[in-house]
Amino acid sequence: MLNNISRRTVLAQGIAATAATLVPVNVFALTDTGATNLVDKIVKDINRVIASGKPLSSMIREFEKIFRQYADVNIIARSTLGADSRRATKAQLKAYTNAFRGYVARKYGKRFKEFEGGKIEVKSVRKVKSWHEVKSTVRLKGSSPFEVRFLVSDRSGKDLFFDMVIEGISLRLSERTEIGSMLDKRKGDINALIADLKKAG
Amino acid sequence: MIPRSIFSVLNRAKPTFLLVGVLALTACANPDPAVTRGEPYDPYEAENRRMHKFNKGLDRALVRPAGKGYSNAIPDDIEKIIGNFAANLAMPAAIVNNILQGNGKGATEDTYRFVVNTTLGLGGFFDAASDLNMPEKTDTDFGETLYTWGVNEGPYLELPLLGPATTRDTVGKTVDLLTNPLSYLVPSPERFYGTAAAVSSSLSNRGQYADTIDSILYESADSYAASQSIYLQNRRFNLGNGSSEDYLDPYDTGFTDPYEDSDVE
Repeated sequence: MLNNISRRTVLAQGIAATAATLVPVNVFALTDTGATNLVDKIVKDINRVIASGKPLSSMIREFEKIFRQYADVNIIARSTLGADSRRATKAQLKAYTNAFRGYVARKYGKRFKEFEGGKIEVKSVRKVKSWHEVKSTVRLKGSSPFEVRFLVSDRSGKDLFFDMVIEGISLRLSERTEIGSMLDKRKGDINALIADLKKAG
Repeated sequence: MIPRSIFSVLNRAKPTFLLVGVLALTACANPDPAVTRGEPYDPYEAENRRMHKFNKGLDRALVRPAGKGYSNAIPDDIEKIIGNFAANLAMPAAIVNNILQGNGKGATEDTYRFVVNTTLGLGGFFDAASDLNMPEKTDTDFGETLYTWGVNEGPYLELPLLGPATTRDTVGKTVDLLTNPLSYLVPSPERFYGTAAAVSSSLSNRGQYADTIDSILYESADSYAASQSIYLQNRRFNLGNGSSEDYLDPYDTGFTDPYEDSDVE
């Protein structure tokens, strides 16, 4: 009754299955240690920014720097655009990626004050598919500890994280929903989305 | 006022409805269509959106100010104590569900935790178990029991007051309410302390996580889609069904790849 799997699902699964068999098992340069080191660096930088007690605007700038340095913004941005990234021109993708980076920095950077007095600890690392999943625990004052996973990949040529998953909630997938809604509201106009994204967050 | 409205809504769900609901759900064969699809399974979107609008209005008018007021008026320590008390009262139901799930370890750990917090924690006001580094509570519910029994997630639903849910979790929440051992073991006036504490605890959460909830409800382009996505991701994660293994590799769908990565779930 509920099993009318759409053509797209079948296609997607087929492609996923083919991809899984065809993609040569890369000689992964990224090791558990490499992934952990990256997250250690991110955590250290985040903790440093929180402890600095700077005003919000400079914290947001710092956060954008961390994001630029350690995240694969290209892949995150394109992934949040989803299917629409197919019809975007190269120039649009570039402009979108830049606007998206600022948007994420503002949106999440302004929440930094909630981390005051908090602590992020790296717990474990394991290999999942082509990436490494680094599990960490965040302890904030007055709330139970929660889990944050960083998904680290070297497929861009550098060790970078491409997703941050808080208690199962992926930043990338949540932003994909958000960007999709924004695009719907603008009747699919990518240029309008880029213009508004520069102000959003 | 708030607890009464919660109950009036939930009391209307009669056990017959539940039975029919459970049967209808179990009748659906695996794999779970709600999880295998890229898009959330939401055939009742129009009704859900109406309910979302109602909930949002209620939040704006009542729950949000009450939550913020509560959080501001009551000292953090007291808020924590009330939260502990509410959490401890939820333990017997969790223990029953652990048993129904065949999770002996969870049932035992939750029982120890309940005993320790009820005694050393002075009736549950203090979370002595966590201070003693005992295993974390399972926080399970009948929705999870249905999940372990192989019941499919079913269509997405937005419930009045309670917000996002799946059909499976709606059945679970109703069963939990009707079968909470405390409501049978504890005499009448004291029984409602738990309800009052639970409501206070939700208000406290609304106040404490105000910025997060506000950003979802009032700052996103489509708060319905945003809360749905966040709820489903988090719920599946808590059921052990949402690890990053389920994501497609975003690098496999490079610029030259004509297909989007339908990576969720």
